Amino acid sequence: MSDPMGFLLWVKGPAFNFALAVFALGMLARLVEIFILGRKTNYAEAKGGEWGPGFKTMLTRTVADPGTFARAPFNVVVGWIWHIGFITALLLFIPHIELFRGVLGIAWPGLPNPVVDAVTAITILALVATLVHRTQHPVKKHISTPEDYLVWTVTFLPVLTGYLAYHRLVNPYPLILGLHILSVNLFLVVFPFTKLTHVFTAFIARWYNGAIFGRKGVQS
Amino acid sequence: MSELSLERGLNALRAEIDAPVAAFFSSCVHCGLCATACPFCTETGDPKYTPILKLEPLRLVWESEFTLWGRIKSSLGLTRKVDDKMLEEWEELLYDSCSMCGRCSVVCPVGNDLQYMIRKTREGMVASGHAPAGLIEASARSIRTGSPMGLQWKTLAVQIKHVQGSTGIEVPVDKAGVDYLVLLSSMEVINFPEYLEAITKIFDHAGVTWTLSTDCFEATNAGIQIGSKDIAAELVERVVSAAVKLKVKNVISPECGHAYTAIRWEGPNLIGRSYPFRVFHIIEVLDELRASGRLQTEGKENDRLSMHDPCNLARKSGCIQQQRNLMDLVASDFVDLKEHGVYQWCCGAGGGVSSNERAEPLKLAAFKRKKAQIEEVQPERMVTMCATCRTQLEEGLEAFNMDIPVVGLTEMIADHLVDKGPAKG
Ligand code: SF4
Ligand code: SF4
Repeated sequence: MSDPMGFLLWVKGPAFNFALAVFALGMLARLVEIFILGRKTNYAEAKGGEWGPGFKTMLTRTVADPGTFARAPFNVVVGWIWHIGFITALLLFIPHIELFRGVLGIAWPGLPNPVVDAVTAITILALVATLVHRTQHPVKKHISTPEDYLVWTVTFLPVLTGYLAYHRLVNPYPLILGLHILSVNLFLVVFPFTKLTHVFTAFIARWYNGAIFGRKGVQS
Repeated sequence: MSELSLERGLNALRAEIDAPVAAFFSSCVHCGLCATACPFCTETGDPKYTPILKLEPLRLVWESEFTLWGRIKSSLGLTRKVDDKMLEEWEELLYDSCSMCGRCSVVCPVGNDLQYMIRKTREGMVASGHAPAGLIEASARSIRTGSPMGLQWKTLAVQIKHVQGSTGIEVPVDKAGVDYLVLLSSMEVINFPEYLEAITKIFDHAGVTWTLSTDCFEATNAGIQIGSKDIAAELVERVVSAAVKLKVKNVISPECGHAYTAIRWEGPNLIGRSYPFRVFHIIEVLDELRASGRLQTEGKENDRLSMHDPCNLARKSGCIQQQRNLMDLVASDFVDLKEHGVYQWCCGAGGGVSSNERAEPLKLAAFKRKKAQIEEVQPERMVTMCATCRTQLEEGLEAFNMDIPVVGLTEMIADHLVDKGPAKG
């Protein structure tokens, strides 16, 4: 394992499998922990439905209302940019799609490499901007915890190492590719135990939000 | 109230944790957007009032007891323990600086219903003995006298006499079998006696059968504001038994926002059963009468009017179009505040803030957001439909030397009723 090739084989083999297992089991546990709590019977006469508004809010909350946008344009825009960038690099980079084909057995069309490359560069800049914002903005600074910085780091590293690997900026190549995969493993292991869970739970939260308001006849 | 203790408080918090709460806490990304939604944050500029931070006691209990990972962390001593000292510190955050307006709940990008959780966290605060004195007193008075302000029926009886004298219309009391049982709020009886006169005229005009009840006239629920299910349930039971005794089909909540959400949304859950009657806010009833052609009005107000949507009525109960339909009926120059309806801004006084004298400076600070909104559209008068909002608007505008009178929508409608003449009587 001391040689880069051995390292690469280890991170993409046993280490990746371990990370994937922690991610899947951990996330499953988190979801069970949520749903097991259930909700009490609601005896108040409903003004509207729950399912429709719930699903609607799952989508609509992605876009800030105009007032919030005007009050926090940086937060909203930069948040959007890096989320889209991250998802694009993750799901539309052709080598990644090959990996999904290997693991899940399904594939989809990707984007040309130069496009993903540009998107990744923008994502890196946007992520750095969110970090600076977090340390400077009075509210964000005040509410941030060590977990926020940990999550930022494990999110940033795969993007950065991916970029470095693609441009062969670190030698030898198996080393940087190995580091890239290692950072992904780290991301997966940390995922279920931090706010990264929002990737899944935010949709549950939005559904409940939409349902609670929807029942009262309000589209939230 | 039985013995208050930290343990009881923690138990109350545990009992409040459900799937939505777990989903909400699992989702917060600490983006800080909820702070931009909260008038107590925007107007003081103090990040300690960030909505999600107000929920830290509930979050800690959830994390350390309802998640496997959190249990491990707390057994290693990595999690802060919720103790009396912490709850004491959070009292200001959960009561003085939160009107439970729910604006943060419609802004949070991950969908956290923060207001839902503030309401729940207050249960733990009361049970542990960390509720503001002003709210404790209001709750005690409500239980003892039926009114948070200690108002008695005899005061209302005098008002009824006045109304009967000035309108020549009987104000029905304890009439069984009518369509509507009308509830009032003490604040309204004391500050805005015009309301009772207005509904007396309107219902007479529209031929609505209604009654007041000597057993229970108070619609507000101090138990909900303080966050005590026991107190709140007892107050709801009083309304229910009065309504059942008089065999009414419907109960009308007055121009008061929280009274409506209390009786309409929380009430049945507090007593654990559905009602044998329906509940409406007076504005819903008036709009229904309008839609069915039973409100005949004449003439319009000609000055520039704008409107404050009470949070409890608009954002928290979906009553948004109704008040605009009614405005159209009687106003020729109506302009909405820029952010209204679901995204309206709180006046700053709801959620028990106005009963908590200590919160006075924060209440006025939060009002600055409303003030800015009003300045943007420059109305000559403001219209609203909640006695608490109305009092706050009046006091706030006065404090900033803004000469803008505030009127209740129900009264404004009553002023424009077509005289139906003696024939129909
Ligand atoms: S807006 Fe929502 S996600 Fe952002 S800090 Fe507030 S509660 Fe958390
Ligand atoms: S409910 Fe309203 S007052 Fe309370 S934290 Fe949310 S925005 Fe602020």
